[in-house]
Amino acid sequence: MQRRDFGRLLAGLALSPALAGKTFAAEWDSLLSAARGQTVYWHAWGGDPKINAFIAWVGEQAQSRYGVTLEQVKLAATTDAVSRVQAEKAAGQTSGGAVDLIWINGENFAAMKSAGLLFGPFAQGLPNWPLVDTKGKPATVTDFTLPTDGFESPWAMAQLVFEYDSAQVKDAPQTLDALGEWITANPGRFTYPQPPDYLGTTFLKQVLYGTMPDPALLQMPVDDAAYPAQTAPLWAFLDRIHPALWRQGRAFPANEPALGQLLADGETFLSFAFNPGRASAEIAAGNLADTIRTFTLQGGTIGNASFVAIPFNAAHPEGAQVIANLLLDPEVQARAQDPGVLGFQTVLDLQALAPEDKSRFDALDLGIATLPPEALGPALLEPHSSWMTRLSADWVTRYGVAP
Amino acid sequence: MSLRALPRLTLALMAVPVLAGLAGTLMPAFADGATAFRDLAAWPGLPRASALSLGTGLASTAVALGLCLAILAALYGSPAFDRIRRLLAPLLAVPHAAAALGLAFLIAPSGWIARALSPWATGWTSPPDLLILNDPWGLSLTAGLIAKELPFLLLMALSSLAATDPERRLTTAASLGYGRASGFLLTILPALYRQLRLPVYAVLTYAMTVVDMALILGPTLPPTLSQQVVNWQMAPSLTSQNLAAAGAVLQLALVLFALTLWRMAEIAARALLIRWAMSGHRAAALDRPVRRFALFAATLLAGALFAGLAAQALWSVAADWRFSDALPASLSLAAWRTALPDLAPATARTIAIAVAATLAALALALGCLEAEARHGLRATPRAMMLLYLPLLVPQVVFLPGLQTLALAAKLEGNWIAVAAAHVVFVLPYVFLSLSQPFRNLDPRLAIAARALGATEARIFWQMRLPLLLAPVLTAFAVGMAVSVGLYLPTLLLGGGRVTTLTTEAVALSSGGNRRIIGSFALLQLLLPALCFWIALALPRIVWRHRRRMLA
Repeated sequence: MQRRDFGRLLAGLALSPALAGKTFAAEWDSLLSAARGQTVYWHAWGGDPKINAFIAWVGEQAQSRYGVTLEQVKLAATTDAVSRVQAEKAAGQTSGGAVDLIWINGENFAAMKSAGLLFGPFAQGLPNWPLVDTKGKPATVTDFTLPTDGFESPWAMAQLVFEYDSAQVKDAPQTLDALGEWITANPGRFTYPQPPDYLGTTFLKQVLYGTMPDPALLQMPVDDAAYPAQTAPLWAFLDRIHPALWRQGRAFPANEPALGQLLADGETFLSFAFNPGRASAEIAAGNLADTIRTFTLQGGTIGNASFVAIPFNAAHPEGAQVIANLLLDPEVQARAQDPGVLGFQTVLDLQALAPEDKSRFDALDLGIATLPPEALGPALLEPHSSWMTRLSADWVTRYGVAP
Repeated sequence: MSLRALPRLTLALMAVPVLAGLAGTLMPAFADGATAFRDLAAWPGLPRASALSLGTGLASTAVALGLCLAILAALYGSPAFDRIRRLLAPLLAVPHAAAALGLAFLIAPSGWIARALSPWATGWTSPPDLLILNDPWGLSLTAGLIAKELPFLLLMALSSLAATDPERRLTTAASLGYGRASGFLLTILPALYRQLRLPVYAVLTYAMTVVDMALILGPTLPPTLSQQVVNWQMAPSLTSQNLAAAGAVLQLALVLFALTLWRMAEIAARALLIRWAMSGHRAAALDRPVRRFALFAATLLAGALFAGLAAQALWSVAADWRFSDALPASLSLAAWRTALPDLAPATARTIAIAVAATLAALALALGCLEAEARHGLRATPRAMMLLYLPLLVPQVVFLPGLQTLALAAKLEGNWIAVAAAHVVFVLPYVFLSLSQPFRNLDPRLAIAARALGATEARIFWQMRLPLLLAPVLTAFAVGMAVSVGLYLPTLLLGGGRVTTLTTEAVALSSGGNRRIIGSFALLQLLLPALCFWIALALPRIVWRHRRRMLA
């Protein structure tokens, strides 16, 4: 506890340049020289070739700018890296660990932070930190209602958007009720990834936002007594749509790319993604028909941030911080937002950028299917992580074991 | 160290990692009393997941063995059989994940078959809403397992068939008026099955506990038990680790139960065969239907595997391939270009690991066989059991424990550790494919060589090894194919840092991008295929002036 308070103090100092600006620059310089020549193993989900290519590009930048080599360890699931660090701790390995950097958020972050498996706080100490739009995008410092406390650094914003084939769907449903009606009227043309998959559970939370009498309670941990009544409308909604889902709800796609593949194959007509730029990027890559468009629901859709964190026993924490800082670089952020590259939303405050950096973002062509930022609607905050755990466990009990 | 001790040392090399890993995995299951088992029992999917594991495992093994015997009984010695024999090597080379992905590309409602038949025959303009992949009964998974296990069983049967002297037995049976099929079942099968028993048990264990194929083809509501165990293993909380360990204990018990059931079926089948033999039924009319069935099944399965691979190859170069087009509208190399930066190092690492593991396994296997020959040792059934241990104990049960131990000893996370773990899985296959040809060498040759004053070393290097060039190369290719296809050992012992074509292909398969998956799966297949091709071609080049050596 004491060490953490001290760390917070340090981070606070970093934010007041009058006090510590100079010493901090010197500290960063010494960190840079320690990082030079290091190889950073970034454990990141490897199921999307576009993201892999982007990380490879970041690696080139890190090499040429700072002499840091970046190796992506491609995971099938982020929990692989978490259990890896856990196994190392169980085996008593407190330094020289295999994982230097993890792409993380939500449940995994909560688990690692509470188990003391994270290095930090470090985020506020990064030179690019002042550019982050912590006011306009509170999700950059609050991860599933849990304050990040500088133990992870954001690198991309995401928001749930629905995708539909305008050649098949004339009027896209704008509310949850309309969505339910559309699904039952078009059997077999909608589905969602199987919880506990991240995107699948996000869909459950989105439905919960639309069916719960007081959605503000989602920011609190689950209240066992109130839970059954709060979630009854959600299960009723699912019971209603399941017979009309793809494969009558007897099978579900595994994750976001598998869901996207169904849309690309024409198996489904209406889909969703945690990335407003995904559809345009896929159209640009020739993987998706150019009749696909996007929409959000009235009242907003769930939004959150992707982070990077450093394990407590990372072999190369200096190099990892250099990468975390590089990910906040305006040039890198603008590239990530380019729909031809990733189409991720930036975490930076565009007003805080130097004119030449801001112009990088202004020059982006958002693409044929992407909604302009003002049409995206409000980004709803992620519920407390206990909701995710509880919802996915209940989903498995209700729907996950029946033929 | 004398050569005499090598067989024991080799067996220890096989058994110690398995048993140590087993202990390391099972300990957490009993860590806090029976809590983990209570949690396991409380999981609502448990009965169905266990039934799926048993059902898919037993059904696929029974059908694969039945087909294998039907093919041998009806076709052995015929020209059609030679064609099947030539197909065996390339079919064996197909890694499980690639075979499963190929099958998925083929039979999915948006797959190649539906595309080829739509819309002219089916009237479908968009993919039909049919539950074919991931069906709740595990039928796709069973079909995939059958297609993949049949070539292995055939190869194993062929390697031990020669020792049963089939021609003489069949001739005798035929002269007594028995049909081909009944003659085979009554005179050859009893001797053959003794040799085939352990491979069959290995197939049963594998089919019950497979992870990568189940991930692609198997049911998901709930998944098979082994897949759920891996899911728990990968979950971040400590309780789910204990849950995974408890699930692994149950998985092990299920495998033992299935093996017991199988053993009882063997006894019943034996009694039936004896009754048939005593009854004197010639059953010559059996030949024609068995022959038709065997030809049909072999063609269907081989055709499905090859068509699936062709579909992958096509997807890897497809630019725009919308549903109901039988072929892509345009082609592009974009997927290969995207994958190339990852493909090149992954290929190099895959080759390095496979070559190291296979050479080590080959040296151990040759050493053991040479020790047998020199010192008159014999492989006891118990020794064979130990040799098969890595194939009989489910991977999901002992590998996590092995990983923890290796981690504690700081022996993991590099390609050498992965290669060492691969040896454990490669050696049984290498030994099996090499032992029969080695033991079939005429012992009189060695006696003649000794009489001429040759030392034991000279006999080995200058006589046995050249005589065995073709089998050694085949064993090498088998070893390469096994190593290239290994998923779980690479993932766990490599600590995620050692990426091979297989780990990349499975990681990508979660993303569903068919073009990239196609390119990785194709390369994953190409490597072992190349080795098999070398194994066929090299003896022809070396012995081009010695035709009898090729016989």
